[in-house]
Amino acid sequence: MGLGKVGLYERRWAGGMSYFLQVAIDALSLGSLYALAALGLGLIFSILRLINFAHGDFITIGAYSLIVPSASATAAFFIGAWHWYAIVPAVCIVVAMFALLADNLVFRWVREATPTTLLTASFGVSYLIQNSVLLIYGARPKAIDLWPVLNSQLSVTGFRIPLLQIVTILTTLALVTVLTLFLKFTSLGVQMRAAASDFAMARYLGVRADRVIALAFGLSGVLAAVVSLLFATQTGSLSFNMGVPIALFAFVATVVGGLGSLEGSVLGGFAVGITMTLLQALLPVSLRPFRDAFAFGLILLLLIFRPSGLIRASALVDRV
Amino acid sequence: MAVGKLKGFSRIARGASTPLLLIALVVLVTVSGTVILPAAKQFALTEMLVMVVIAVGISIFISNTGIISFGHIGFTCLGAYATAWMTCDPMWKSLMLRDLPSFLADSQYPPVLAIVLSGVWAAFIAGIFGATIVRLSGIAAAIATFAFLIIVSSVYSNWSDLTAGTSSVINIPTFITPPIAACFAAAAIVIGYLFRASRIGLMLRASSDDVIAAHASAIPVLRLRLLAMVLSAFVAGSGGAIYAHFVGILSPDNFYLGMTFTTLAMVVIGGIGSLSGAVVGVIVVTIIVQVLRLFETGVLLGSVAIKLPNGSQEVGLAIAWILFLIFRPRGILGGVELCLPARVWARRQILDSQLVSAADTPRS
Repeated sequence: MGLGKVGLYERRWAGGMSYFLQVAIDALSLGSLYALAALGLGLIFSILRLINFAHGDFITIGAYSLIVPSASATAAFFIGAWHWYAIVPAVCIVVAMFALLADNLVFRWVREATPTTLLTASFGVSYLIQNSVLLIYGARPKAIDLWPVLNSQLSVTGFRIPLLQIVTILTTLALVTVLTLFLKFTSLGVQMRAAASDFAMARYLGVRADRVIALAFGLSGVLAAVVSLLFATQTGSLSFNMGVPIALFAFVATVVGGLGSLEGSVLGGFAVGITMTLLQALLPVSLRPFRDAFAFGLILLLLIFRPSGLIRASALVDRV
Repeated sequence: MAVGKLKGFSRIARGASTPLLLIALVVLVTVSGTVILPAAKQFALTEMLVMVVIAVGISIFISNTGIISFGHIGFTCLGAYATAWMTCDPMWKSLMLRDLPSFLADSQYPPVLAIVLSGVWAAFIAGIFGATIVRLSGIAAAIATFAFLIIVSSVYSNWSDLTAGTSSVINIPTFITPPIAACFAAAAIVIGYLFRASRIGLMLRASSDDVIAAHASAIPVLRLRLLAMVLSAFVAGSGGAIYAHFVGILSPDNFYLGMTFTTLAMVVIGGIGSLSGAVVGVIVVTIIVQVLRLFETGVLLGSVAIKLPNGSQEVGLAIAWILFLIFRPRGILGGVELCLPARVWARRQILDSQLVSAADTPRS
């Protein structure tokens, strides 16, 4: 289930400083993936109170859109064969379309339901997408080799960093910056923030609900698409439930950061990535397989002591 | 006064008709299934009856507290492995499950005792874990139950010397036939009903309607929620143990998102607010799944052969789940219990009160 490259650290123990740097970069790049996924979850949650369990499956869809639909064992590139500056927008559009489709076919019809029912609905959508992928593409994982250049190592003053990790971190920084600027300085962005802080009030003040919601799903889809490209490049394989672990950790990240707060989602993503990497590096070897159990145990503890996460979103406090 | 007593009695009798009707339903399905289905297909019937136990276990928590739980399959997993530890051949255990304590490793317990003890084990863990979850509400509680499921799954997948990990526990004694499974299902229904009808059940449902008003009425919400969690874990854990004695082979993957989805689909489609909903949901979902499975193997309709691709069963169930949430979010039964129609009892009541007044008249 985990994402980290097990066994990498043992070899680097001797390195001292370079070991430390490697762990730091691992933590940041893993945290970046979680932060992007958590941001995608947070955008939708803050407006609709919907924890979109199907977000992981949007990531799966993005990765599978790279290859020709078929149940055969070997994967032939479809979108994946194009030049990278065509691949990125194409995958983003595909995933955003699916996100909008999920909203139009399912979530739109349960808008008034309780958050728990919404979560249940998205669990159903997730199960539907996974099994549809299974039905079309077959159960066997498929190997792909997307952007092999990125899997080479960058040699900087004596120690080596996988290029992909640098790209992951930089992409995340760029996306978070662009999104922040968009939310702060454009009219639509301000409307989105208004909707996130109080949806009903925002609607009274003339914010178009359908437009804001569609935008949230679209952006969430784009973020999922970026995660899918980075993740597929890293693992080099596709499977029908590949997105689930990322979504679960992103899920956790949004809770850690404080449900309903976008900054919290990003912070939470990095917190989870760093925690996972540290657990991987510091746990004794015999306990390492239980890393996920430790991580989720920490979540339980956090929920007990700070049920609303690190950053409390004011809109979420129940009033009597 | 006498009339009031009689009214009270008939209300209780009417309520008590719920478990009787549900058990009658289970017996009816079991008998007709045993008669109609060929011997090779009867496993589906047994599976359905085992699912009744698990779904009723889940429903004890969800229908009374109003908190949705994604974690109960964790309890089912605990129960299933516990019974495997108790009933498998000690020779095999000493080879594969090296971390078992000696009171488990060296002996074999009678299966029915093992099933009950497995439930107790699941309930014990629920007591510890539940103490954290019941403090949360709504979405945070749902996420915490998820975290529990992931923890259980992660520990059981990786602790190979206790669970044989991905290489599966095999040769668990199998003895669950449709009649035996039906008995367990009936027992689960009785437990679920007694809890629901009890004072505690009533207080819990009050707290799920309005938690603040419940607190204000001096209902110890957290303690009662914990009690519901422990009892439901007992039933869901025993259900897991029965499942283990039905299939005879266990892998941690059996008890993860797939089974969580199927059992929740049963509870949601049947109607999340009631015990009857869980039982009806199991039957309806089993029928949906079996029909789709039939179409996956190929069916002749007139002269047209219809064969759905493999995986249609899961896709179909997911679509059914979504359609239900959109068009009938409170499920088939809409949160009410099956019981004899009120009119039957009302007529009896009038009759009874006439008798009473007739009996009273001469004396006065």
